[in-house]
Amino acid sequence: MKHPRSVGFVEAQKAHFDEPLPLKAGRVLPQYDLVYETYGTLNAARSNAVLVCHALSGSHHVAGVYRDDPHNVGWWDNLVGPGKPLDTEKFFVIGVNNLGGCFGSTGPVSINPVTGKPWGADFPFVTVEDWVNAQARLADRLGIERFAAVIGGSLGGMQALSWSLQYPERVRHVLAIATAPKLSAQNIAFNEVARQAILSDPDFHGGNYYEHGVVPKQGLRLARMIGHITYLSDDAMAEKFGRALRHGIMRYSYDIEFEIESYLRYQGDKFARFFDANTYLLTTRALDYYDPAADYGGDLAAAFARAEAAFLVVAFTTDWRFSPARSREIVSALVHSGKDVCYAEIDSKAGHDSFLLEHPRYHAVLRAYFNRIEV
Amino acid sequence: MATSDRETGHRAPTLRPDLLALTEWIAPSERVLDLGCGDGVLLRHLIDTKGVVGYGIENDPARIVACIERGINVIQSDLDEGLADLQDGHFDHVIMSQALQAMRNTQGILREMLRVGHEAIVSFPNFAFWKHRKSILEGHMPVSESLPHQWFNTPNVRFFTVADFTTLCGLLDIEVREWRGFDDQGRPVQEDLNFLAALAIARIGRAAS
Repeated sequence: MKHPRSVGFVEAQKAHFDEPLPLKAGRVLPQYDLVYETYGTLNAARSNAVLVCHALSGSHHVAGVYRDDPHNVGWWDNLVGPGKPLDTEKFFVIGVNNLGGCFGSTGPVSINPVTGKPWGADFPFVTVEDWVNAQARLADRLGIERFAAVIGGSLGGMQALSWSLQYPERVRHVLAIATAPKLSAQNIAFNEVARQAILSDPDFHGGNYYEHGVVPKQGLRLARMIGHITYLSDDAMAEKFGRALRHGIMRYSYDIEFEIESYLRYQGDKFARFFDANTYLLTTRALDYYDPAADYGGDLAAAFARAEAAFLVVAFTTDWRFSPARSREIVSALVHSGKDVCYAEIDSKAGHDSFLLEHPRYHAVLRAYFNRIEV
Repeated sequence: MATSDRETGHRAPTLRPDLLALTEWIAPSERVLDLGCGDGVLLRHLIDTKGVVGYGIENDPARIVACIERGINVIQSDLDEGLADLQDGHFDHVIMSQALQAMRNTQGILREMLRVGHEAIVSFPNFAFWKHRKSILEGHMPVSESLPHQWFNTPNVRFFTVADFTTLCGLLDIEVREWRGFDDQGRPVQEDLNFLAALAIARIGRAAS
């Protein structure tokens, strides 16, 4: 086996679409841009394309670095590259920023051509299904009729699952990692608290904060802090921070006393500097709304009946945001509808975040699965 | 059946005689579940020779990777926790090959196998094989082809015989429909399985009430 390497310097590209996109919630996006990156080379048969779908805070920047920003490493760089489990010497890999995003694809920060002002709160609700439709148009543009695989973790996993239902003939393999067939009430509850943090920030201005030259930083920061609690396991938090004190002694104040507080504030502040609050709201709603079994009276196996792909489902033992039990619901539905499916449950301490980490067993499973895909 | 890259899985090496024997009981295109499927050799064989729609359950990480490499549908699960995710009667055959002796919840898993499958096939080492009896008479726990471990490192937790298994089936309203047996050289045994078979295979179903 060759020594795994980075894909090196990468450049984002932009595709403009003039054909209006009808959205699930009823509105139509008249035109839009999608930014994306590609790694590796599309083969002559166009049979080696793999789409990587991002989660809540991800982007099209999946692997490699930018020439003018060499510290900005792609969010799944440990997976994608020459000699890595998703080997770019075999596959042509595509990362795309979803509609409603804040990394260059059309979203709330974009200018609404009708008003000449940022869309802001008026940006239409987008769903997992809408994202997949937009991704399919990008695939058309790139000349990809059928993906060798679509892969994603968490919300990205929902998009991968949705591909097999919306475009059954266009995807051969689906890799759905640390995901769920729909959110639980507890999951929606966490999302709602995060949204309320943003919506109640005085700088939110009903979503049109761009005009006021402010951003609802406090709300976004709180939303991210809540998120981070749910992405880590109790054990991981205990191990990483325990009850360690910032100053060695208790100071009896509401400033940072415990290291965990420092970590959460740091993560919250960092996130609030670059992420758009409207995108956060839209994206958490897309998570809430996703429920492919809803049209089948809640029968997930019936929903999967039309899928033609083979599936790999992976979950992590300490992930309580998208627990293994949720992945097993997907697996059992696939078994009962007679689909090809493999399921691995990885012993990991890192909670939901595990799907982004380079865990040897996890990567061995992904490597084995990608190896068996013929291109 | 869904399209897949199943065909890319490499062919199995020579199959154990008990696995070859149970292949006879599987009809083409059946839905088969293999509990404790190991590296997927049996399922690969059944897919290649019978075109079954097969799934394996396994809990060992290295074996799961081996199954994935073979193009086998493998599902990670702890069998001692049952088959709760699976619907009644979904499979034509549920196979458990040389794993029952390593499970604690013997009765539970037998019931579960016949809940999710129309029939089940169970193979196990026969503790009453004559060489095992001889070993006990000589004062030692048996160590053989079919019971390869020492008493202090065996993964087995249940030690039983063809006769014991028959009795348990009676208690659980399970009907043994057919037996196969093999001696310690892998040769088929035609009679007195409880004495002459080192390895036994039973095809079982729910007894008609």
